[in-house]
Amino acid sequence: MHLMRNPLPKTQHRKRTSVRGSADPQVLVIGVGNEIRGDDAIGLYVCRILKGKLPHQCTIVEDSGDGAHLIELWKNSQTTILVDAVRSGAKQGQVYKYDAHQRPLPTTLFQNSTHAFGVPQAIELARALNQLPQKLTVYGIEGACFDEGAAISPIVERAGKEVAESIALEISHNNRV
Amino acid sequence: MPSKTIDVDALARVEGEGALNLKIKDRKVTEAKLRIYEPPRFFEAFLRGRHFTEAPDITARICGICPIAYQMSSVHAMENACGVQVEGSLRELRRLIYCGEWIESHALHIYMLHAPDFLGYDNVLQIARDSPKIVQRGLRLKKIGNELVTLLGGREIHPINVRVGGFYKVPTKQELTPIGEELKWARKAAEETIQWVAGFKFPNFEQEYEYVALRHPGEYPFNEGNLVSSNGLNIPIKDYEENFIEEHVAHSNSLHSHMKNGRTYITGPMARLNLNFDKLSPSARKAAKQAGLKPPCRNPFKSIIARGVETLHACDEALRIIKEYTPPAEPAVRVSPRDGTGYGCTEAPRGILYHRYAINKEGTILEAKIVPPTSQNQARIEEDLKHFVEKHLRLTTEKLTWQCEQLIRNYDPCISCATHYLKLNIEREQV
Repeated sequence: MHLMRNPLPKTQHRKRTSVRGSADPQVLVIGVGNEIRGDDAIGLYVCRILKGKLPHQCTIVEDSGDGAHLIELWKNSQTTILVDAVRSGAKQGQVYKYDAHQRPLPTTLFQNSTHAFGVPQAIELARALNQLPQKLTVYGIEGACFDEGAAISPIVERAGKEVAESIALEISHNNRV
Repeated sequence: MPSKTIDVDALARVEGEGALNLKIKDRKVTEAKLRIYEPPRFFEAFLRGRHFTEAPDITARICGICPIAYQMSSVHAMENACGVQVEGSLRELRRLIYCGEWIESHALHIYMLHAPDFLGYDNVLQIARDSPKIVQRGLRLKKIGNELVTLLGGREIHPINVRVGGFYKVPTKQELTPIGEELKWARKAAEETIQWVAGFKFPNFEQEYEYVALRHPGEYPFNEGNLVSSNGLNIPIKDYEENFIEEHVAHSNSLHSHMKNGRTYITGPMARLNLNFDKLSPSARKAAKQAGLKPPCRNPFKSIIARGVETLHACDEALRIIKEYTPPAEPAVRVSPRDGTGYGCTEAPRGILYHRYAINKEGTILEAKIVPPTSQNQARIEEDLKHFVEKHLRLTTEKLTWQCEQLIRNYDPCISCATHYLKLNIEREQV
């Protein structure tokens, strides 16, 4: 007999928040990326490193980066940390860190997503609609290879590990405070 | 006489990578090219050799906005090849998931991509700053469409619950109830959307188009029907390739379609609405009339109203299906492969999406052909540009460029799931 439990996808690596926004996590970590586009997957990779290593009140979400969905995800969270790949021409693996409340993100840095409505646009739209989390930190990791089917480059992977470590430390520090 | 060249190197607020080149001489447009330079993706080639049951999951990857359309056209084609007809609640669930896709896709295009053109804004952020409640309405509408797709498809982008013969898992009646409540809000929001966009100022531009859409005797078309046109075409979908041809043009990586007689044609919301006005839900029909949209409407700029009307229709249809829903005995009917060819044509948000597959009795795909709506509209978009520009040469280059881009966005072209920003070069030359 072939039994199938929960055949609908509850993504192995993804701890989803409700799209209805019922979740109210103290800290929400969002990794943005495309699994099959090389370094573009680095946001997802960071999420997978952090899984099981953060306090229970933290929520980790992997997302494709659709702007409208991002707003929906973070609008009820107090603190959101978002990780995405960037492409600026800088050295591979370079890490950028932005406080979204301080200034707009440079749109040229982040990979454009569907219909040109990705991370920077979502932040600005949320700002206009007063739907930004109280604190929103964005990590951008410089990628080099975005080819279909490629793996994450070793240098970018190393940068992802460092970012994951920084996020874990930051959350742990804030928890102590 | 003055000559002018208008180049838009990368079109904004369309899905994918494309550019516009216009050359004007002696008050005539000598060249109008919508260049699609995004690389070809060879889906038809790598479907060959795969199992026929894999087609819905593979073709769903073609588009992140309208994966349901690809899944629906592929499953219908495979079932057609295998001599199976899916009926009853499973057929209704297919219409329901399609409603979700229309709602999310139309809401995205109306609010995020097209409305800024009519309001004189560069993008939706500016609308959000001046009229946040309007944008919030659009975002919530889109979200409800996405939720419907997620509920039935397992996830909102590239869903995985659709299969040849039906679904892997079907919802209970109770599982559909919460989204029903959301849809009641959505239909009201859709009515407000129609009223909002009907108040926009539309460029005075009408053409004699040949509209092509599915037509079904009992319903506004999603999955089934004959292919009909405003010039009297009425054919079963298996005759598509006898009446329409695709050809390669040097300036585009997307094939151009036209009718065998050489005429261009339009597919999409305006075509559906013009050819199926009598099949709209009563409230959608009433709202369309109140918005001044009666068939035949030949102003492509008013497609934004047609999308609003179809959003309302999709909400009404989804509510009807949910109300009448009885779960099927099995989530899918058995489909056994056999040697043969199957045809599928369904109504993607942007128009008819044609699939043809040849398979063998082991279920291996031997040949695949996929014709998306954008390649069918592309030649007509170029004709529109030519006629529009010749009629509006008195406009400043800036205004003309703006309206040309707006005209392209009338068709919501879906080039692929990546977009670049606008970079504009204009050359003026005195001859």
